[in-house]
Amino acid sequence: MTSALSNKWQAAELRLSPSRRRADTRMKVVFTAAGLTTLLITLLIIYTLFKDAWSFFVHVPKADLWTIGWFPRRGMYDIKTLFVGTLMVTGVAMLIAVPLGLGVAVYLAEFARPRVRKILKPIIEVLAGIPSVVIGYFAISFINPNIVTWLVGGANKAFNIASAGAAVGILTIPIIASVTEDALRAVPMSLREASFGLGARRVPTTFRVVLPASISGVVAALILGVSRAIGETMVVAIAAGAVGGGLFSTDLFQPGQTMTAAMAALGFGSDQVAGDGLAFQSLFFIGFLLFMMTLVLNVLGDRLVRKVREEY
Amino acid sequence: MALATPSSHGAATASSLTRELTGSKRDVRGRIVEIVLLATLALSLLILVALVVNLVQRAWPVLSNRLGDFLSSGLDASNAAEAGVWQAIRGTLTLAVIVAIVAFPLGIACAVFLEEYAGKSFFARLIRINVRNLAGVPSIVYGILGLTIFVKFAGDITGGRTVISGGLALAVLVLPVVIITASEALRAVPQSIREGAYGVGATKWETVRSHVLPSAAPGILTGTVLALSRAAGEAAPLLLVGGITGLLRTGDQGLWEQITKGGFTSMPVAIFSYARQTGADFQAVTGAASLILLVLVILINALAIWLRNRFEKRW
Repeated sequence: MTSALSNKWQAAELRLSPSRRRADTRMKVVFTAAGLTTLLITLLIIYTLFKDAWSFFVHVPKADLWTIGWFPRRGMYDIKTLFVGTLMVTGVAMLIAVPLGLGVAVYLAEFARPRVRKILKPIIEVLAGIPSVVIGYFAISFINPNIVTWLVGGANKAFNIASAGAAVGILTIPIIASVTEDALRAVPMSLREASFGLGARRVPTTFRVVLPASISGVVAALILGVSRAIGETMVVAIAAGAVGGGLFSTDLFQPGQTMTAAMAALGFGSDQVAGDGLAFQSLFFIGFLLFMMTLVLNVLGDRLVRKVREEY
Repeated sequence: MALATPSSHGAATASSLTRELTGSKRDVRGRIVEIVLLATLALSLLILVALVVNLVQRAWPVLSNRLGDFLSSGLDASNAAEAGVWQAIRGTLTLAVIVAIVAFPLGIACAVFLEEYAGKSFFARLIRINVRNLAGVPSIVYGILGLTIFVKFAGDITGGRTVISGGLALAVLVLPVVIITASEALRAVPQSIREGAYGVGATKWETVRSHVLPSAAPGILTGTVLALSRAAGEAAPLLLVGGITGLLRTGDQGLWEQITKGGFTSMPVAIFSYARQTGADFQAVTGAASLILLVLVILINALAIWLRNRFEKRW
């Protein structure tokens, strides 16, 4: 009797009002669009870089890509100058960042008492937040006059690769430290307890059990650190000199040019360069190479980070 | 005792075994390694201290003689006595506002899509990988994107080399940071909270709006603050997008005119301009500007860390 009627009424009541349903659909579209935007950004980066990079590559006289130095405004686009410069800066940076970053991570994850860790970790995070222009200034005002000059007895120029590399290394310490620490802490306690149970002390437990168990995370930290060092611009632009260009050089204590710094030098004040087709387009060519290099490193590092997380 | 054995040879083994098990031999190797590790930590902290002390020392002539004048003078990389940072401070604040307006809603919306709507589909995986890779793209590459898209292609809308183009480039740069931190915050919200909302008949959007987002708000806020500090310290993309490095004349332009038509600079760009000049005068100017930027960025970061500790939820 009445029960059929009231069931019908309830069904109508339960159904969403059209306005609520429309709002739900509308928001789903909005959120999906936001997700798509990130793909659009990647596509735009690749498109803008590739279009002019290709045009540069087609039009540049190939002999100009392998000459005595990087002087884009004079038509000399020596790629090896930039590659070797980038390699030297990254090498010096890793010389500083790898021991310090790994040491800090192992100490915080395996040796520090929880209270000590709680105080020290935010301080290391502060290091990660220092703007790169400030570190660049630190390179020319402290590292170079006080440390590099002392090390090589004044054989260095005021702007040089070594002090720029050291400063980039300081920027890289927090990245290596935090990725490594995450990897070490992902290793389950039971592995350490098993090792202690067999009579091993902290050092063998850390270096023969925990580190091997998280090795892919440690490698990932190094790869991501290298990628960060390759992409660093402002430190090198301030501290390595050679703003207008530079001769091919393998001297750590002379001014030098990296891919990123060359791009900054080309782009800044690019009003004048814009008319000069090839020099301006070389910006995109270098940008494309840089993008591909860091992309490969980042994908590799990301894979390894995931691997540690999935294992435990 | 129980360890006593018939032969004398056995007794010697037993006594040495007892000593090993009961004696408190120091873990010498452990101490040494701990000290070495502690030294790496101390060295890293020492670098931080050296950086700050060096900055204060270098900046002292400016800080003690003409701090007020320094804070109120414009960008001038040809005359250290006239050089200042007020245009740079204003530029950095304007850029931060643009980043907040553009990157925060977009980034949070993308995070909501990834965590609440997309699930484990191929499409979602693709976007996740994409976002993580965008986070690792060198900042100067975003400068190229800004130059091509915002300055040249959309020049009619942005006004070309204006603070709007710069802000948009920085917004794209920090977008991955916002997305990744917001995603983590959303993922930490327990499923039961969502189920509570569904249980009383809420739609997906209503659940997200009234339950998930408020629960994740502290974590999301921390991420956005970190993104702002990253944007405030970034110079490389702005150099390509047209941040002024020499002398910036703003004249008697109104605020709106400056934003839509005029040139712009920012703290990191100003520091770069001053760092390129030689001489002790400019060393002091660069140091003072760096110190101001460093204090600003550390304050923003401290705010983020405080927010995280203050509102960290244990479900």
